[in-house]
Amino acid sequence: MNRPWLIPVLSFVLAAIVSDSICRAETVIEFAQQRVVKIYGTGGIRNLHAYSTGFLVSPKGHVATIWNHVLDQDVVTVVLDDGRRFQASLVNAEPQLDLAVLKIDSEETGFPYFDPADAGHADPGARVLAFSNVFRVATGNESVSVMHGVIAAHTQLAARRGAFQLPYEGSVYVIDSVTNSSGAGGGVITSHDGILLGMLGRELRNARSNTWVNFAIPVTELRPVIEQIIAGRFTARRRQARDTHETPACTPLDFGLILVPDVVTRTPAYVVGVVSGSAAALNGVQRDDLILFANDELIQSQRQLRSVLGAFEAPGTLKVVMRRGDQLVSIELSVERKPDAD
Amino acid sequence: MVTPREILLTASFVVLVLADIVPVRAVDPAVLQAQQRRVEVMARVSRSVVAIFGSGGAGGGSGVLISPDGFALSNFHVTSSSGDFMKCGLDDGRLYDAVIVGTDPTGDVALLKLLGRDDFPFARMGDSDRLRVGEWVFAMGNPFLLATDFSPTVTYGIVSGTHRYQYPAGTFLEYTDCIQVDASINPGNSGGPLFNSAGELVGINGRGSFEKRGRVNIGAGYAISINQIRNFLDHLRSGRIVDHASLGATVRTEDDGSIVIDRVLQNSEAWRRGLREGTEIVSFAGRGIRSVNQFKNILGIFPAGWRLPLTLRRSGELHDVLIRLRSLHHESELRSQRNPQRQPRRGRTPVPRKRDAPEIPKGFRSMLVRKDGYANYYFNELEQQQFHKIIDKFGDYEPVRGTWIITGQTTDNRAFEFVLADEGLGLTLGNRDYYQSLKEVRIDAEPPGSGGIMLSFHQLRLLLTRRADGFTEFYYLGSEPLDGIGRRVDVYVSLDAAIETRWFVDRENRTLLGFDTRIDDDRDECEIRFDEFDEFGGRQFPSVLRVRHAARQFAVFRIEVSDMRAIGADVK
Repeated sequence: MNRPWLIPVLSFVLAAIVSDSICRAETVIEFAQQRVVKIYGTGGIRNLHAYSTGFLVSPKGHVATIWNHVLDQDVVTVVLDDGRRFQASLVNAEPQLDLAVLKIDSEETGFPYFDPADAGHADPGARVLAFSNVFRVATGNESVSVMHGVIAAHTQLAARRGAFQLPYEGSVYVIDSVTNSSGAGGGVITSHDGILLGMLGRELRNARSNTWVNFAIPVTELRPVIEQIIAGRFTARRRQARDTHETPACTPLDFGLILVPDVVTRTPAYVVGVVSGSAAALNGVQRDDLILFANDELIQSQRQLRSVLGAFEAPGTLKVVMRRGDQLVSIELSVERKPDAD
Repeated sequence: MVTPREILLTASFVVLVLADIVPVRAVDPAVLQAQQRRVEVMARVSRSVVAIFGSGGAGGGSGVLISPDGFALSNFHVTSSSGDFMKCGLDDGRLYDAVIVGTDPTGDVALLKLLGRDDFPFARMGDSDRLRVGEWVFAMGNPFLLATDFSPTVTYGIVSGTHRYQYPAGTFLEYTDCIQVDASINPGNSGGPLFNSAGELVGINGRGSFEKRGRVNIGAGYAISINQIRNFLDHLRSGRIVDHASLGATVRTEDDGSIVIDRVLQNSEAWRRGLREGTEIVSFAGRGIRSVNQFKNILGIFPAGWRLPLTLRRSGELHDVLIRLRSLHHESELRSQRNPQRQPRRGRTPVPRKRDAPEIPKGFRSMLVRKDGYANYYFNELEQQQFHKIIDKFGDYEPVRGTWIITGQTTDNRAFEFVLADEGLGLTLGNRDYYQSLKEVRIDAEPPGSGGIMLSFHQLRLLLTRRADGFTEFYYLGSEPLDGIGRRVDVYVSLDAAIETRWFVDRENRTLLGFDTRIDDDRDECEIRFDEFDEFGGRQFPSVLRVRHAARQFAVFRIEVSDMRAIGADVK
């Protein structure tokens, strides 16, 4: 087909599309970045980072974020995209949604914000952008990090952190890129058109495959509670522990350790026997050994040992230091199998 | 009345049109064209990507060619574990020998030279300051050493952040003003290129945020900006182990968000230009300052020794000053970085650290010259040879190594006479006489406000009559903007005991533009610029010299007579 006009026209259209899409992408990114905040609070020890992300949901400075350890203090610091720093306090939280809403300590009413009522829905295959304070790369007036990805699934999530099950039971967007790393929780995913879709969740592993999952909770699921909290109408259900023990935790017996009966508040972790063929037996644990450290934590009671084992992820290796007579003995106990659910 | 024939014809036409349109709607031609263009760009630039191995074949990392004669960029942490000679694989499946040229341990950059061709495919550099968050970029390299035929792996992503600051890993490595991307940067990608969608080189990949999930990409990789590397490129070409800079002062954020000087060294140029605790910094190197990280970002992209503009606010008024940056590290610290034995630190993409047995390829032995402070002194010698050609153009000064008598008038009508001899230097300027002994140099013997004009003329005499032999040390430094704000010039450095002189050469005309002489580290230089040249006794010599010191003009010397004598022809 001889159409000499086609090439210049197509080139023009292509150039227009490309330049328009670049401009639109920049506008969308700027729009979203102005509404995502960096949060600094409790943490900073071991794997507990002291930073996370949130997003403004009202012009008065309400910030939605995930309900995690970073909020374990009366006041946290919120840093806006333009570098302004504010103190913020928890207004209310809904553990079932892993959601907390903070309020910036300011009378200002002109904060840029995402209106949860405008949140949209995306189907698998949709391209998304993720905005978060991941790894605390951005500081001060630096804008939060942006990543790209595709909605891989819109599904139920069976995930856990350590031995703890995620309390949230609704559907999530699973994303094909690594969006949920340290500090990213509380960030957002948007469509390429800038429509708010979901709140990035905390770092979790799939309870079935033990692989890290990258997901966001749809804002449409969060919206009623966010609006109720902002309006002061939300009544929190009885606060559960941040993480519910639905996945059975490991016990000393899983390692083959039989301890003296736990009869007082601080019963020492004395071994009275080992299960033959168990990890304890294979590593030569003996009767009357006293467990002093487990995974580098001082063990002053059996209760404390159970607490350490509660956060233990099987399969894995537990480092144990024991007192045997007047000697200290270090061993490593491996357990291959996850405890069976009831 | 519509006939059946007309209906049939119309239907046929509709079918034909739909047949043409439907496939177009199925896949937008713009998408197909964009994809085709991306494929072509990647195919083109992949030819410039280098897979780097130690001379024994061990190790592994990536690099990118930036010139047809084989100069290539990589990470310092890649080349430092690969030995002075490396093996480099290209997309054509061939393996080339390569030799280290220069290193920047702080910026984690290394320059190497692939050998054996002068028509290597190479990448063109873009402007990394024009990168925008959300822009498509792609990394190329040899992650996990996957490519046995050296064809690079491509990972595609977007710019996640620009002007990022990554804290030092250990005492040296620091990523300032870097580019954050979500394109996968994995072990083995280190040293490889980051391209924008047009295939322009915008960064060198070298680092990632890794945590509990193991040393694989988790969405945050970092590339050293090519604009930073451009600032260091000539320094790297000098074969030296180059250093980053310090202002001689630290900064802090005030409650009102302004950035002010926190502490300042009293023997620094910053102090001499009036920086004091609490002085507000408004802009630095042409960029406004709004955070401490931003200040560190800017400082980190310049080599030690560059003079940069700084805008200060004092008592509500703005002041523009120029400050020459100090070295960030001590010389001995840099020397220890020639072949560090350290393991890669957390947060950096690792490469296997097996030390290779030194194996110098046949025919290339002469291309490695080891010397303290240098990654490879051979490349500095090449640059020095270029400088000698410039001095050759002044004429033959060897016969006039005796006393020089230079007379004339300054533009403010003061007569002057320099007498330059091996034993000492004399100057009559207006009605004042000065004498500087060369056995015991004293700054107070020099005309006040000149910074050492007699000693500066002595350096010029040494250079013209004795070349590099007249100095305790002579080397090519790299390049810098002339006087902080001018065009980029090549810089050569001579040391006459403790007296350091920087000689400035026009990069296009290859002419000497002037020089700065510093009598000791704690003083401002005597800055001499050549405005005109003339012929004296058959030799070229500057006839109009502008002299500045401590940001003030001292005098403009117009030379009328230059009487240069042979040894033994001195007037007693």
